[in-house]
Amino acid sequence: MRKAITALLGILALAAATLAGPGPAAAQKEVVIGLQCDRTGATQTVGVNLCPGYHDYVKLVNSKGGVEGYKIKAIEIDHEYKVPQAMESYERHKKDGAVLIGIYGTPQTQALTQKLTEDRIPGTSPGFGTAAAADGIKYPYIFPIAATYWSQGAAAVKFAGDQMGGLKGKKIAYLFFDNPAGREPLPILEDLAAKEGFQLKVFAVPTPGIEMGAQALDIAQRYRADFVITHLFGRSPSVSIKELKRVGHPLRKVVAFVWGASEADIEAAGGMAQAEGYNAMQFAGVGADYPVLNEIREMYKKEGKEPPKEMASTVFYNRGVLIAAVHLEAVRNALKAKPAGNITGADVKAGFEKIKGFTLGGLVPPLEISASDHEGGGWVQIFTVKNGKFVKLTEWYKAYPDVLAKHIKEAGAKK
Amino acid sequence: MFHRECGVLKTSYEADMALYPLPVARWAVAVIAVFFFLVLPLLVHEYYLSIVNLVSIAVVGALGLNILVGYTGQISIGHGAFMSVGAYTAANFAVRLGAPFWIALPAGGLMAALVGAIVGIPSLRIKGLYLAIATLAGQLIIEWTINHVTFISGGVQASIEVPRPDLFGYTIATQRQMYFFLLVFVVLAIVGTLNLVRSRIGRAFIAIRDQDIAAEIIGINIFRYKLLAFAISSFYAGVTGVLYTYFLGIANYEQFQINVSIDYLAMIIIGGLGSVLGSIFGAIFVTLLPIVIRVGMEAFGSLFFSPAAVLNIIPNLRLILFGALIIFFLVVEPEGLNRLWRNVRSYFRVWPFAY
Repeated sequence: MRKAITALLGILALAAATLAGPGPAAAQKEVVIGLQCDRTGATQTVGVNLCPGYHDYVKLVNSKGGVEGYKIKAIEIDHEYKVPQAMESYERHKKDGAVLIGIYGTPQTQALTQKLTEDRIPGTSPGFGTAAAADGIKYPYIFPIAATYWSQGAAAVKFAGDQMGGLKGKKIAYLFFDNPAGREPLPILEDLAAKEGFQLKVFAVPTPGIEMGAQALDIAQRYRADFVITHLFGRSPSVSIKELKRVGHPLRKVVAFVWGASEADIEAAGGMAQAEGYNAMQFAGVGADYPVLNEIREMYKKEGKEPPKEMASTVFYNRGVLIAAVHLEAVRNALKAKPAGNITGADVKAGFEKIKGFTLGGLVPPLEISASDHEGGGWVQIFTVKNGKFVKLTEWYKAYPDVLAKHIKEAGAKK
Repeated sequence: MFHRECGVLKTSYEADMALYPLPVARWAVAVIAVFFFLVLPLLVHEYYLSIVNLVSIAVVGALGLNILVGYTGQISIGHGAFMSVGAYTAANFAVRLGAPFWIALPAGGLMAALVGAIVGIPSLRIKGLYLAIATLAGQLIIEWTINHVTFISGGVQASIEVPRPDLFGYTIATQRQMYFFLLVFVVLAIVGTLNLVRSRIGRAFIAIRDQDIAAEIIGINIFRYKLLAFAISSFYAGVTGVLYTYFLGIANYEQFQINVSIDYLAMIIIGGLGSVLGSIFGAIFVTLLPIVIRVGMEAFGSLFFSPAAVLNIIPNLRLILFGALIIFFLVVEPEGLNRLWRNVRSYFRVWPFAY
């Protein structure tokens, strides 16, 4: 009995100590950014590499004197890909004075949209979230900053057309994870099928997405698809590579959405040699040959340390660098407009809307964010697996802007 | 805590049936009410209120699940789905019909109760693990339906944005306003459950839990009461889903997947099956523990690890500690936190004597 009481008192003491612990960040010449991460949840393979990339870029900028003389403090909170935790971490960031939130995850983005707008704090949702949020008038405080699933769908169709030398009369299969994010590009694909005259058939993969033998067989043997567009998450991209290969569909006639091709996915599919020819879209440059990455390596060298092992996973690490770079560019624009400091979320929003021609040596697409276009164009690059590494197949491009604009307008009218 | 029961004489049936027969207990409840209605919301920062809000929502859901699992002895792994039924019903009412929250909320609860009663039908023939699997099937079917029927889900995104609740022109948007909004429902849920379990219905539930054949022999209609337990419990779950929807401003089925059902089961098992206070303790424990661990790690983690490593260690260690602490508390007191609390109370009741 006494032990139980001691234990209880211990817990209470711990709780009291921790509640009294960290106060609000009141340091001068500092800009606070909140970063939500998932290092332990459903998509932890992304988070463990993406978030270090973010922090390394922030560290690099801080080591060079910060942004316009201000140090950047990025507070990371892991939300395990859960919505209540995301809400809690957002409130925590707000309390700590964050002027910008890096959201992570589609349901989290949707859950925070209303709150961010009310609190006038911009949030970014690169590569996930609602595609309609590209409309900056309807979603003033949400910034996709990278190609949305709609843009990716359009870009995938264009790529397929280029590879096959025309779309008319061709058969395209869309293999997707059966959740809202997976279904989001469907209206775009259906529209384009009517417009370009190709046949579209959709194949849903139910959660947890590790069983798709039947779908792959259907695609290759019954439907006999000319091209496959895949939109899968987590473990499933690697399964799709294996299954499509097994049923004899050539991997060079496959293109994956942005969450379908990291080094880890290829590794899980049996290594680069197995995935030879596999194409995937990227919203950040892939590979280690970018000046900014050299600078990060240089920074670690100066500290007498090895560069972190996460850098080897260039797909997600580089995305972390991209997100951080775009964030800091927005903060820079905000501080330029308000040199006295004390920038607010609204200032950073305006800062985002001035981003133009910021490419970070090719790692970042030629974004052009404006008050009405929060996506910045919807640029992607296609990388393909060739001779044991990712090789760039196309330059930055975007496709069917008229079709996308129509859908964004329709979605906006409904809201 | 430091009270004596002697000298309390009950002279009427009302006094005998009171929820809190002792004056000191009534005073304690009054003090707690003043604390939660006045002191807490006026003193603490919004951030802490946002945590309390999450706890509040969890309390309602845990109470509901405890009625079914703790009091009636029927297992359900489908409560996450019942929450989504409530959430989407309310969202559709709010968006399509423009219904205010005081219509959308009970509508969500009632629809969840209906669906819950249907999913509960197998409980008439099967028990225990078999029933767990039957309700799991319910969870999956409901998830699939919401995911694919656009009439319910409002489009391929399967998420419906809901306007903030509005009370006579007063919009409830900030965490502080939301706190009071949720507190009302927490109080209703607690008072409702306290009264339910000591009523005729509650006693029937407990009789079914303890021995359903005996219960049937003494004249309890098993058919009716089992389904009633499912319906009432699902009503609470539906309301929880609606509260989540209003809290986040969006109905999204990805917030109500199977892991949520399991989280709520964890709450009532840690808190104590078959007790109202246990549900509250469990909801607080499961919601708060990850946050407390993280804050503790942020404060002390840098003493042991480099800053870059801490970021990676915190979330992982949090999961490990979370699991370890659950095991620890269940080993210390298998009957849950409620029993632990009662032990502490009875220790002080006779203090300074041993017994």
